[in-house]
Amino acid sequence: MAFYRSHVLVCVDPECLAKGAHDVVDAMQDELVAQGLLDEIQVLETSRIGGCSDGPEMMVYPEGVHYVGMTADDIPYLVEEHFLKGRIVEKFREVTKVVVDEELGPLRPKEVRVVLRNCGEIDPMNIEDYLAVDGYQALGKVIGGMTPEQVIDEVTKSGLRGRGGAGFPAGRKWGLTRQVEDSPKYMVCNADEGDPGAFMNRRVLEGDPHSVIEGMIIGAYATGASFGYIYCRAEYPLAVETLNLALTQAREFGFLGKNILGTDFNFDLEVRVGAGAFVCGEETALMASIMGMRGEPRPRPPFPSVQGVWGKPTNNNNVETYANVPQIILNGADWYASMGTERSKGTKTFAVGGNVAKPGLIEVPMGITLREIIFDVAGGIKDGRQFKAVQTGGPMGGCLTEKHLDLPLDYEALSQAGSMMGSGGLVVMDENSCMVDIARFFMDFTQAESCGKCVPCRIGTRRILELLQKMCDGKGQPGDIEKLEELCHEVAKNSLCGLGQGAPNPVLSTLAHFRHEYEAHVYEKRCPAKVCRPLIRYEIEESCTGCMVCARNCPVEAISGERRQQHVIDQNICIRCGICMQVCNFNSVAVES
Amino acid sequence: MVASPVESEVKEVVQQAIEKHGKSPDALIPVLSEINRALGYVPAEAIREVKRQIHNPAERTFAAESQLYGLVSFYDMLSTQPRGRHVIKFCENAPCHVVGGKAIWDALRETLQLKNGETTPDKKWTLVTTSCIGLCSVGPVLLVDDDMYGNVTVEQIPDILERYE
Ligand SMILES: Cc1cc2nc3c(=O)[nH]c(=O)nc-3n(C[C@H](O)[C@H](O)[C@H](O)COP(=O)(O)O)c2cc1C
Ligand code: SF4
Ligand code: SF4
Ligand code: FES
Ligand code: FES
Repeated sequence: MAFYRSHVLVCVDPECLAKGAHDVVDAMQDELVAQGLLDEIQVLETSRIGGCSDGPEMMVYPEGVHYVGMTADDIPYLVEEHFLKGRIVEKFREVTKVVVDEELGPLRPKEVRVVLRNCGEIDPMNIEDYLAVDGYQALGKVIGGMTPEQVIDEVTKSGLRGRGGAGFPAGRKWGLTRQVEDSPKYMVCNADEGDPGAFMNRRVLEGDPHSVIEGMIIGAYATGASFGYIYCRAEYPLAVETLNLALTQAREFGFLGKNILGTDFNFDLEVRVGAGAFVCGEETALMASIMGMRGEPRPRPPFPSVQGVWGKPTNNNNVETYANVPQIILNGADWYASMGTERSKGTKTFAVGGNVAKPGLIEVPMGITLREIIFDVAGGIKDGRQFKAVQTGGPMGGCLTEKHLDLPLDYEALSQAGSMMGSGGLVVMDENSCMVDIARFFMDFTQAESCGKCVPCRIGTRRILELLQKMCDGKGQPGDIEKLEELCHEVAKNSLCGLGQGAPNPVLSTLAHFRHEYEAHVYEKRCPAKVCRPLIRYEIEESCTGCMVCARNCPVEAISGERRQQHVIDQNICIRCGICMQVCNFNSVAVES
Repeated sequence: MVASPVESEVKEVVQQAIEKHGKSPDALIPVLSEINRALGYVPAEAIREVKRQIHNPAERTFAAESQLYGLVSFYDMLSTQPRGRHVIKFCENAPCHVVGGKAIWDALRETLQLKNGETTPDKKWTLVTTSCIGLCSVGPVLLVDDDMYGNVTVEQIPDILERYE
């Protein structure tokens, strides 16, 4: 067997290919031949080395050097420097960067991929790849032999419910828009995915844009819409680029535009890019933003299906809702309805994050339990620690605990447990998370994102945040917990849109399940998870060897002690940065509360 | 991006943005985003210039300055203040927080001696927080301009900062 001193791995995934990865591989081979290094260095093709935005990407082992952004012309220089002279070429070196291969790896146990089935499998930049996996066949089936009513029936029968949060039956929504006698009608795709911890929609848009587009065209045919918008958040530049390219290709192939597939059906789509406002995910705010206004929600009714974009009937669905549609049409409503629970059919994508061993994107049948997701699919809690809570449904959702782990997941089960499905972000927390701190964190988010249109939400979220901050600072007073509860109920009841209505949920659910932690903060001035800084203390224990490392590293010189003697921390000086604990080689610094 | 942009530059940028996106009401956000990208922020002169170029009741195109300010102040990505040559956006949301975001945020503020929203005196860095950018599986996450960094550790921060001129 040949022994290679180095292995060069070049990513040949779509993103890198689009940037000339093949040319780089060829140039590499040529140059190795020219330098007589072919026996020493092996070039391999691989996938997903890095963040995929600065490709082509290359890894050189055994050094583990990550190079990006070179062209074929740079290769002779790179080979000479790296392999002949042994010098790392800083110009192309990538120091740290996002590693997204964990995001969606090979199929994990218990996963069923419908929406994500093409992600990572086909080249999203090339419509022919999508066509090769039965792309646009559902559209052909619909236009060639189904009436709009039949399409709506099929989607209704499948049991598909909106994946953007509330779970309204998709077929019924389409039917409502179809009924309204007014024109033109619009299709909108909500790709504003703003929930912290949620990135399912991004992956579909980046990995399989045509499935969303095809779903929208089918929806347009069913509802009678002639134009549509995909409203994508600006934080997803790659998704915007991929979508625009996909639209151009779909037009070239006659799937969009005038006389689609030779019929008299006309429909076209445009991508609209947000400008950074979470509340624009709310459908009426989103439509205001499309029309060039501040993204402020308005009361419903009238619902968008009656009065949406430009005051006309508009059907709005989430990215994932649309992406399911072609599969339902192709495989039939019964196939789809065979997955899931009584009331929630099909599959759902989740982004699992927080303290799990294998964070990332997954797709599972509805009805699976949180335990299966966290422990079987996501590998359990990181570093062998204890599970404490999981936040589902994003910032307007709730924290669930151990006792909810065996709940079969569907829309109703989650709302009954005091949380919600939301878009599918799951933030898993271990024993080292403080629930008061977490509630404060979510509140900080919703408070900042409140559009300010209505008083209960604008002022109420701020007051809630202030109370939580007070507790975390150790300044909570008797009565504060009750005040907090009351405020939460008022804000939930009196706010105009889902943001204000849902904002108190993280607080209410943590209060319901972890009230003792709130009480410890308020009455005992203690943070049981040892997170809230004003409530903790660092102490040096007897095992201290007196190495003095901590004293040298303490930024405020709070540590004193003789060499080889146990050191002490002056609590009046200590700012609780925790550096001493990190630098101690003997595990002698403990945190107390 | 450092000094206040000269009037002719503003005019040019505004004109190009309008040529690209048009004068209809729904073009206003794309036009302002384009200006923000080109100049780093939306200066008062640019708002006046947008109004001057678009507002023309005879042709039924409208743009009031108050409306434009309303948009710039509403959307996070539009800024009325000049920013540094490089903008660091730190994800401050819970999923990144529970995997160690707090330490990174402290270290960033400490290293740059900046608070949220501030710019260094030499106009090199602006530090802001952002909400989730969808890279939570590799949190903590930060963006320097358009470059994404995931699984960031405190030790890496100097290395990352050093890569920018
Ligand atoms: C504050 C707020 C934010 C929202 N964000 C999103 C979002 O990012 N994506 C989404 O699809 N729906 C979001 N929604 C729900 C939408 O208003 C709407 O219900 C959904 O897009 C409907 O699509 P569906 O029926 O396919 O679920 C949000 C709602 C609220 C109140
Ligand atoms: S509830 Fe909050 S976000 Fe919704 S409209 Fe009122 S102020 Fe705006
Ligand atoms: S926590 Fe920080 S300030 Fe306090 S003693 Fe340790 S190193 Fe010093
Ligand atoms: S014994 Fe000195 S640092 Fe721990
Ligand atoms: S929460 Fe930080 S990137 Fe999503």
